[in-house]
Amino acid sequence: SNVLDGLKYAPSHEWVKHEGSVATIGITDHAQDHLGEVVFVELPEPGVSVTKGKGFGAVESVKATSDVNSPISGEVIEVNTGLTGKPGLINSSPYEDGWMIKIKPTSPDELESLLGAKEYTKFCEEEDAAH
Amino acid sequence: ATESELKKTVLYDFHVAHGGKMVPFAGWSMPIQYKDSIMDSTLNCRQNGSLFDVSHMCGLSLKGKDVVSFLEKLVIADVAALAHGTGTLTVFTNEKGGAIDDSVITKVTDDHLYLVVNAGCRDKDLAHIEEHMKAFKAKGGDVSWHIHDERSLLALQGPLAAPVLQHLTKEDLSKLYFGEFRVLDINGSQCFLTRTGYTGEDGFEISVPSEHGVELAKALLEKSEGKIRLTGLGARDSLRLEAGLCLYGNDLEQHITPIEAGLTWAIGKRRRAEGGFLGADVILKQLADGPSIRRVGFISSGPPPRSHSEIQDEGGNNIGEVTSGGFSPCLKKNIAIGYVKSGLHKAGTKVKIIIRGKQNEGVVTKMPFVPTKYYKPS
Repeated sequence: SNVLDGLKYAPSHEWVKHEGSVATIGITDHAQDHLGEVVFVELPEPGVSVTKGKGFGAVESVKATSDVNSPISGEVIEVNTGLTGKPGLINSSPYEDGWMIKIKPTSPDELESLLGAKEYTKFCEEEDAAH
Repeated sequence: ATESELKKTVLYDFHVAHGGKMVPFAGWSMPIQYKDSIMDSTLNCRQNGSLFDVSHMCGLSLKGKDVVSFLEKLVIADVAALAHGTGTLTVFTNEKGGAIDDSVITKVTDDHLYLVVNAGCRDKDLAHIEEHMKAFKAKGGDVSWHIHDERSLLALQGPLAAPVLQHLTKEDLSKLYFGEFRVLDINGSQCFLTRTGYTGEDGFEISVPSEHGVELAKALLEKSEGKIRLTGLGARDSLRLEAGLCLYGNDLEQHITPIEAGLTWAIGKRRRAEGGFLGADVILKQLADGPSIRRVGFISSGPPPRSHSEIQDEGGNNIGEVTSGGFSPCLKKNIAIGYVKSGLHKAGTKVKIIIRGKQNEGVVTKMPFVPTKYYKPS
């Protein structure tokens, strides 16, 4: 599966892209591939706080529900309302059109604890091998 | 169970070679899906056809001159009334009238019954049958069993099932109707063929000697020219949910009676009058008075309901729980099965389904959600 350079990754298979004062968050290509077709996306309301490692939403596929955790803490400033009508964007474009939330990070240092592209690729390989 | 403790069907290598994603299921390593997505697999079954390996299920023959009266003590079906070579869905009940398992039973002859029970219930079902068999034999009854571990089970489902299978047997399949059974030669080996399934489509379950299982699977796929696809447990669950069929362990459990589960039709007329099966007192009383809860279907908006989602009435009062649910690939809507209080079970009743603390609109809906296509005499 596809892992983009320049993004940071959480072991629970979310990515974060930090640009200036905004961080965009979604689930990885590896995650969408394991889930199968996404049929519903549950997103928070703008203004709520999200916490590193805690759930902020959910992604439903034909077979299962998966919680989506926030890789870093912050305040939600925007959610991808396009996913309401087209949840399949998570499958077709997990890093671009399928983004889930944008937040204003409260502790940007938390980014340091996340995985880089190489580390995340290795993490996925190891996880798949264990299953 | 760890990976190495999981049982493998004779098709295990075949599944892996075809891209099967193997997962633990009831002690077996089984394909949840292949290269096709669950959505595509589900749609293809209804459009063309599916081949499933269901060898994890347990085939069983009961034999002996008293076999009909023996099995009638354990199930709700009118076994005596079944014609030779016909079968039915039935329920094994416990003394409280609850379901130990659901099973398709076939009367091969008056002294031979053939059953298929759920993989996840195998141990308890066999223990239950064995216990009653010992007592029955001690009183002079003639019954014995054979567990068909030497056989594998393939399910061939969908509109192409019959034309494709017809290439591999001389028997005229147009004369074999839904629920009927034959012992016959298929692709050169002696098979047990039942016109049944778990998808709502026309189709068959084929019990084949295990040494011929892989070649039969290959032949079926080949004769369909690629239209019938290997299909895993994921799509199998979507298909049975669309057909409104119970999954034991979700929609049917030890504490649920066949009446509550909407399987009253499976209790033979004579059995309703005479009883004589475990829990008959409870079940016949429910039949007379009506059950307090009932299994129904739902269509809902929002996220797909899942097992254990709470159901509320429009006033926010708890009225029941979802037992299975998901997104229907064919209807492109959320569908679910669950239990609600009697009185709130009528089609059209509006309900709220609670998912992650939020209410979602739902409506009680007649099942099957997708029309069934069983092959019946016209």
